[in-house]
Amino acid sequence: MTTLEAHKPETLDIHASSDNYLTHSKGFISWACTLDHKRIGVMYLVGVLGAFFVGGIFAILVRTELLAPGPTIVGPFAKWMGMDPADVYNQWFTLHGAIMVFLVIIPSIPAALGNFILPVMLGAKDVAFPKLNLFSFYLWVIGALMAVLSLLMGGFDTGWTFYTPYSTTSPAGGVIPIVAGAFILGFSSIFTGMNFIVTIHKLRPPGMTWFKMPLFLWAIYSTAIIQVLATPVLAITLLLLIIERTVNIGIFNPSMGGDPVLYQHFFWFYSHPAVYIMIVPAMGIVSELISVHSHRHIFGYRFIAFSSVAIAMFSFIVWGHHMFTSGQSALMNTIFSAISFSVGIPSAVKVFNWTITLYKGNISLNTPMLYGLAFLFLFTIGGLTGLHLATLSVDVHLHDTYFVVAHFHYVMMGSALIAMIGGLHHWWPKITGRMYNENWGRFAWVLVFVGFNVTFFTQFMLGSQGMPRRYYDYLPEFQTYHVISTVGSYIMSVGFFITAGYLLASLVNGKRAPANPWGGRSLEWQCPSPPPHDNFKTPPRVGDCYDFSIVRWSDEENGYVVDRSLDPSLRENPTPAKGH
Amino acid sequence: MSTVDANQASGAPVPHSHAVDHGHGGEHAKHPFLAHHFETPAQQFDSSKLGMWLFLATEVLFFGGLFVAYAVLRNRFPEVFSYASHYLSTTMGGINTCVLIVSSLTMASAVYFAQRSRKRAMLVCLWLTMAGAAAFMVIKYFEYTHKIHEHLVWGSTFYVPPDHEIAVIEGSHEIAAPAAVAQGGASSHATAATSHAASTSTDSVGEVLAPAAMLAAGGSPSFVGAPLTELSAVKPASRGPLGVALSGSTDAAPHGSETIAEGHPSAHLEDATMPANVHLFFAVYYAMTGLHGVHVLVGMVVIGMLIYRGMRGDFNSNFYTPVDLVGLYWHIVDLIWIFLFPLFYLIH
Amino acid sequence: MSHEPHSPPPIEAAAGGHAHAAVHPAGDQPLVGHLVPMTTLVVTACALLVLTCITVAVRYMDIGEFNIYIALGIAVIKASLVALFFMHLRWDRPFNMIVFFGCVLFVVLMMGFCLMDTSQYRHEQINGNPPLVAETLLQNAPNAPVGRFDQ
Ligand SMILES: [Cu+2]
Repeated sequence: MTTLEAHKPETLDIHASSDNYLTHSKGFISWACTLDHKRIGVMYLVGVLGAFFVGGIFAILVRTELLAPGPTIVGPFAKWMGMDPADVYNQWFTLHGAIMVFLVIIPSIPAALGNFILPVMLGAKDVAFPKLNLFSFYLWVIGALMAVLSLLMGGFDTGWTFYTPYSTTSPAGGVIPIVAGAFILGFSSIFTGMNFIVTIHKLRPPGMTWFKMPLFLWAIYSTAIIQVLATPVLAITLLLLIIERTVNIGIFNPSMGGDPVLYQHFFWFYSHPAVYIMIVPAMGIVSELISVHSHRHIFGYRFIAFSSVAIAMFSFIVWGHHMFTSGQSALMNTIFSAISFSVGIPSAVKVFNWTITLYKGNISLNTPMLYGLAFLFLFTIGGLTGLHLATLSVDVHLHDTYFVVAHFHYVMMGSALIAMIGGLHHWWPKITGRMYNENWGRFAWVLVFVGFNVTFFTQFMLGSQGMPRRYYDYLPEFQTYHVISTVGSYIMSVGFFITAGYLLASLVNGKRAPANPWGGRSLEWQCPSPPPHDNFKTPPRVGDCYDFSIVRWSDEENGYVVDRSLDPSLRENPTPAKGH
Repeated sequence: MSTVDANQASGAPVPHSHAVDHGHGGEHAKHPFLAHHFETPAQQFDSSKLGMWLFLATEVLFFGGLFVAYAVLRNRFPEVFSYASHYLSTTMGGINTCVLIVSSLTMASAVYFAQRSRKRAMLVCLWLTMAGAAAFMVIKYFEYTHKIHEHLVWGSTFYVPPDHEIAVIEGSHEIAAPAAVAQGGASSHATAATSHAASTSTDSVGEVLAPAAMLAAGGSPSFVGAPLTELSAVKPASRGPLGVALSGSTDAAPHGSETIAEGHPSAHLEDATMPANVHLFFAVYYAMTGLHGVHVLVGMVVIGMLIYRGMRGDFNSNFYTPVDLVGLYWHIVDLIWIFLFPLFYLIH
Repeated sequence: MSHEPHSPPPIEAAAGGHAHAAVHPAGDQPLVGHLVPMTTLVVTACALLVLTCITVAVRYMDIGEFNIYIALGIAVIKASLVALFFMHLRWDRPFNMIVFFGCVLFVVLMMGFCLMDTSQYRHEQINGNPPLVAETLLQNAPNAPVGRFDQ
């Protein structure tokens, strides 16, 4: 599609609703056995959003319980399940954490959106190993089923971290299935990462050099490195934990001379990088959202690209900041504290670059952009409070309080999940071929954004005043904050329900989406919505994916088109033509 | 895992009717093994190789976790490792090392012959590799059974005299509850330890067994909720201050009159110079060699699949990727054993 | 159909004159991969066997704590031989080498940090009856059943 003329036939195809990946073949089997990365991505998306709903239910249960000191709603559950109220509450927050981390956030961007977008963005026909890709999806399914199985076997109350010796001795019946489930999910994540690394290395079409890749791909690439290098350590840790619990091998058991702190080293050697498995691809999405929706060339492309890789590398040498109060030695505390501060540098590089990209941009406040801006705001808060926690002396006070809870929710939910939802809106027309209702989108965004801050900003206050995490009971003086926080969580969940509503409604009565509804330049926007089975009929022409000067609005297409005839005249003028 | 990986990366022809639409039907028609999303055989081969190397990297890190556990425990208990290493048979370990090296050579030769389309020679090499893997597992089986028989294992069982010795003692001392003791199944170890201690004094062996008996007999609370067996069988020194307090508080443990040293005690329990926490050596030993053994078994499966496909005539000098990838896997199994051998069998 | 990103120039220079596959699509040369002569493989195996004998022999020499370093050194040499020749890493794409040594580096990194940490806290916090605790208990509660920790 070198010219506008060449572009037309493809978009005409859509209007005729010709062959695309959704209509390519029909029936359950054609989905269950598909090797098409787009369908696998969609299946991941459905699974992840379903798990998000379940995890959200437990979040609401937890928040509702905290409306008042003492047992509020755990009582009936405790009676029904024949358990102590505290144990019921322990199971709730554990389930919330484990589901959200292992089943939702870790696979959400790389496995769901990444699977769909990465090959199209790259200009490839598929990922390098399609069968392995399908296999890792089924591993995810098995992992999810193991989580259900563990619920049926009596649940688990270990916290999502499975710390020994509690996890090896906890009387809850579902510990082994959930640990095995996390083990399997880990392999799902490893295989996805392997697939992406090989795809990016070996399947780039002619002309797609490393520095022409969209920043989302750089982010996915960095994430994949972490997935491949860190997750095996989680796998061996969980395997040892299962062996410990079944045959009492004693490596983590202090009563047998073993070392429970070693478990924490192992766990966080994975789980700190895992935080970056969650946040780095979110940063990649935000790079796309900010530049496309402000129609301005991304500022500092190479800095953003390299800072992704730098974050991936740094992430492996800071894990000890989770263990400042776990009996880790003073020497290591100091070292880990110092290195943890340095992670702030590449993160800040990104934030500054995004902010400068916005400067004098032609900003369209579409829903994806609103989520992108929310990310900027929330990630800054989440990141800066991370510095509080990396400070040794402050951490001793704040450790295991709601301050930590608020911090990682700002990062994991306020940043990673918000960016994921932004990306979901951004690529929704591409994935489904339908436009969602923009006004409902903006309205729901307001609810989510306000609700989120009401929920979690109060928790900073709670934490700094000493409210510990993981308790269902508390001193009466904390009640006001808890009530505000709970109300915020209700507002937020209303926002999410509205989002689900208008997204589902768009499938039925949404407008047909043009190939390029936002004015993006990366390759996925040169391909029809939804993309055909093989993505590109002819090898796509690769250009500067952030040069929006030759993108213009076309009434005919009801979307943007790349018009290379604009090239010579508009080279000097960075402001693109915009047609709304 | 590797099975899947090898199959995946093999580029086994993905049935695809659209190959011709891409405008490079030529390459795909020439090479029936070329998957639809690759342009050239070289691209497909390179992708498979890179995928396999990434998988091997995850294997290295997977074992790496155990190596770290080994390092940390050895750093903390150097005396345990140099002491317990002597219970391993250097001869058997050495033979196994040689077996693996030779099987690595035959595997590399299988790749050599596959690259030259010499089907028969390749199959012979694969069978030899398979035989090497089997020999390794047989030797490992003998090592394991011997150690398990002697209760040279992880955890509390380490401190329970082997079953045949218990039988001997019972025969000579007519202790009560022989049934529970003689069976000595995993579940009855607690009983075994208890009734044992009832028959022993606190001499050399008693020193090892006393805390077990004291805790078990005293019915002390299981302070971390662990099964009683676990707490009971471990030396007080490994249990921290609380453990000491518990064991110290149970002075009322029943004392027997005889020591089992007069029977046929097992070597490690009789040894008064045995340091505390030797069971940890065996914990790491079984974890690492066990995981390695699982990898050998997986290797046998994938080599078997190669033999099957090789006999079918799938491989030639243009397409031998699966042989190459399984070869890489097999070499990494060898490579890990190269480290396991000195770390466990050769501690001075 | 030129694929500059994924077909870098053949690495023949490093291969020392061995035929590189991608260049020979026909004839008895393989389409892909690298041919290693049989003598190289056999010599590698012999070297591995000899090194195994040496490392066993070293076990019986008393050279203090150098034993483990020598054993590990020999193991590293053996592992490199396997990786470079059996696994064709010497002639493979450089990135595969980076992947492999990168992951080894990460294992070393993790081990280094963990060892630094354990060697700091081992006596005070984990290992059995810390002398200080035992002494304090003995002073404050002379009748308390406290054992002594001797390593
Ligand atoms: Cu962290």
